[in-house]
Amino acid sequence: MRHSRIWRKTVNNVMLGLTGVCAVATVSVLFFILGYLVYNGGRYLSWAFLTRLPVPVGETGGGMANAIVGSGKILLIAAALGLPVGFLGGVYLAEFGGRTFPFLVRYTADLLNGVPSIVMGIFAYAVVVKPMRSFSALAGGFALGVMLVPIVLRSTEEFLRAVPTSLREGALALGAKKWRSIATVVIPAAYKGIATGILLSLARVAGETAPLIFTSFGNPYWSRGFNEPTSSLPVMIYTYALSAYDDWHRQAWAAGLVLLAFVLVANVGAKLILSRGMSSARG
Amino acid sequence: MGSPSATASDIRLGRGSRGGAAGRVRAWKLRLASGDAIAHLITLIFAASIFLVTVLLVFELYRSCALPRHKFGWNFFVTTVWDPVFENFGALPFIYGTVVTSALALLLAVPLGVGAAIFLAELAPPRISDALTFVIELLAAVPSVIFGVLGIFVLVPIMREHVEPFLKSTLGFLPLFQGQIFGVGFLTAGVVLALMIVPFILSVSREVLLAVPVDQREAALALGATRWESTWKVVVPYARAGIFGSIFLALARALGETMAVTMVIGNEPKISASLFSPGYSIAAIIANEFTEATSDLYVQALIELGLVLFILTFIINGLARLLILATTGRGTEHP
Amino acid sequence: MASIMNPTSMPEASVPDRTEEGKLPESEVEPMADSQPKMKVSELDFYYGARQALFGISLAIPEKKITALIGPSGCGKSTFLRTLNRMYETVRHARADGDIQLDGQSVLGMDVARLRRRVGMVFQKSNPFPKTIYENVAYGLRVNGWKGRLNDVVELSLKRAALWEEVKDSLHKSAYALSGGQQQRLCIARALAVDPEVLLLDEPCSALDPIATAKIEELLFALKDLCTIVIVTHNMQQAARVADYTGFFLLGKLIEFNETPIIFKRPAKKETEDYITGRFG
Repeated sequence: MRHSRIWRKTVNNVMLGLTGVCAVATVSVLFFILGYLVYNGGRYLSWAFLTRLPVPVGETGGGMANAIVGSGKILLIAAALGLPVGFLGGVYLAEFGGRTFPFLVRYTADLLNGVPSIVMGIFAYAVVVKPMRSFSALAGGFALGVMLVPIVLRSTEEFLRAVPTSLREGALALGAKKWRSIATVVIPAAYKGIATGILLSLARVAGETAPLIFTSFGNPYWSRGFNEPTSSLPVMIYTYALSAYDDWHRQAWAAGLVLLAFVLVANVGAKLILSRGMSSARG
Repeated sequence: MGSPSATASDIRLGRGSRGGAAGRVRAWKLRLASGDAIAHLITLIFAASIFLVTVLLVFELYRSCALPRHKFGWNFFVTTVWDPVFENFGALPFIYGTVVTSALALLLAVPLGVGAAIFLAELAPPRISDALTFVIELLAAVPSVIFGVLGIFVLVPIMREHVEPFLKSTLGFLPLFQGQIFGVGFLTAGVVLALMIVPFILSVSREVLLAVPVDQREAALALGATRWESTWKVVVPYARAGIFGSIFLALARALGETMAVTMVIGNEPKISASLFSPGYSIAAIIANEFTEATSDLYVQALIELGLVLFILTFIINGLARLLILATTGRGTEHP
Repeated sequence: MASIMNPTSMPEASVPDRTEEGKLPESEVEPMADSQPKMKVSELDFYYGARQALFGISLAIPEKKITALIGPSGCGKSTFLRTLNRMYETVRHARADGDIQLDGQSVLGMDVARLRRRVGMVFQKSNPFPKTIYENVAYGLRVNGWKGRLNDVVELSLKRAALWEEVKDSLHKSAYALSGGQQQRLCIARALAVDPEVLLLDEPCSALDPIATAKIEELLFALKDLCTIVIVTHNMQQAARVADYTGFFLLGKLIEFNETPIIFKRPAKKETEDYITGRFG
């Protein structure tokens, strides 16, 4: 009989196995990626690689120093543009907002979050590159900065809301004005969560390539200031991987390892801080 | 103590006969001087800027593709030609490629993701579940260019030398699996995309499944159902809306995904029934040709493609959010 | 432990004849025997949105005495307490109509931050900030722009809250390292640091064990000389032990207000008597 006890038990065990395989398969993808890059890229990693400029095709021994510094510059601009907006916006939503305007802000932030990164690149192109008539770290930073905002906004608001009302009341009852109670009690109480939210958001945009392709573009040399085309780690990986040269392939793997390591360390670190932070706050 | 006279604070609140219009202006100025009002104003301005930037984005996108919109109108969406030389641009091959790769990705990722989510939420012991979830969420953080790199160097050779020939020999009667094998193409792009979106389906589905009230499961088990039966017949249907929501979210991500697809799709504006064929996606062509575009019409045609992508993802994201909202709403409806 | 019927630590007050009659009109202000009332409430109505929570409360809180507010859950005593320092303003749609005076000055017209420095509050569940013990006590001083030496005031406040001996060597430790009872005394020290004229306590012992509760009650006797105390309590026996004056709230109205021995031995209203004797509550 089809629905006999034995049949049902068999189905149960088979499905347990199948779904377990799905889970393990998914997990193993990450390990495979990591392993591949460590194996192929790790060998090429050296202090020279990290500190030298790229050399023309055909010559060996190039480096990605300008890509690392370039990514740093672009991230700096992105942070300067996106973090204040996301953070203060989050403070507004959690502490001051009314009914309709906060809803509007949250809705548009969600919308921004869902915009494909290449479209964000188009936006930055229209707003920064065209008027400036040049590719620049500024344009790349603008694109990434706008991408930062929804992430930082959501996490700031969430962690501020998690601060218990009793703490706010305690501060107000001592004669603190509202803004002061927010600045000296509420935000410090939530700072761990907010900081990890910021860290995660930076790690996320640091790996973005599409918005940079036609904003900061790329540069085989050092870029001066923020107004010139700037090399960046993800774009470098993209260009070198697609090239026809073995040596560039190896460099792409090594650079990929550096980028992946940065992203993974940031994510793991953030999760660890959060899990420890929560338990200590409960006193 | 004496009778209280009208103090500055009374005037501030508009009390007392010495009020009126002058009093109200003074009141507003006094209130503005207070730190609270300034803080409110500053944070409000920053919050408003988010709204303004988004409006600006949509406006700029629309404005910057005026040329092709006027030249081609709605034909843009049905033309299959993409000819920069004669300035004839059509979006169809790219829409086709975007849709096909995303559909393929969903086909592969949904069973994998939902299956793994069921395992992690229902069937696995909590410690294993937490550890595996931790790792899978890290997978979501891997930059797409890295997926692309592995796509080129690992997946493409495997597809070209093993998987696609195998499919051709076994399922070659289907037009899907006919045609010349290159390694790059719709199928490979679909596989890479699938791997990229699995973590999203998994983590949202897992959360939604975990949120199903315990008594639902217990009721099923108490009636003699096996673990699997209680999961599949009771818990999953309860969480159905949320799971669909996660699928829509993953779809939205797949549609907009650029780098990994660009690197393995073959970059040919072609519409073909064969999954082995190289193709193109909206995001891929923008990434490849934007800096090469020689004329205004060319650039703006690419931007119009971007607008199409934007609208597509906007709709899908909206649907996703409605679905997920439906799940949380549903949770409060049930007694 | 004093019992309801025989509170031993009540001061011998000379009570005017009028209050002995027991026939008072509803919610009338009690004339004080000696000092002027520290805070005076007249015809206070309070609304949460459309719902009225307090009806025509009139009350005079005597200076440098302990006034207890008792009544069953949801009767409005906490709501009333929070009008005294305008804490209700953090809630949307909350509105107070009527007059509340501190030393003859209208509370509703005052600068709210200044009001709250003069009228401090200790909450039901202790809520120390996630800072060090020192910083918790110093917080009120800092936000109010205290220019003097913080160390002295911090030490004095902790001594007044009977916590100094226990924490003097660990001022830099997190406030969360303290026990529940110690945390509540820390909150009292924090409130005392800004030298308030009135101290409001909203069921301060409800989350504490009997020993911690006893410590805080002892504390209140000593604090009486420093400031006027108003304490909301769910626990009738606590009111009987601790308070000079007691007010009985029911369904948003002040039913009766008088010296504690009178409320507990010879209440004027039937509702009061029913509550005291445990017929409901």
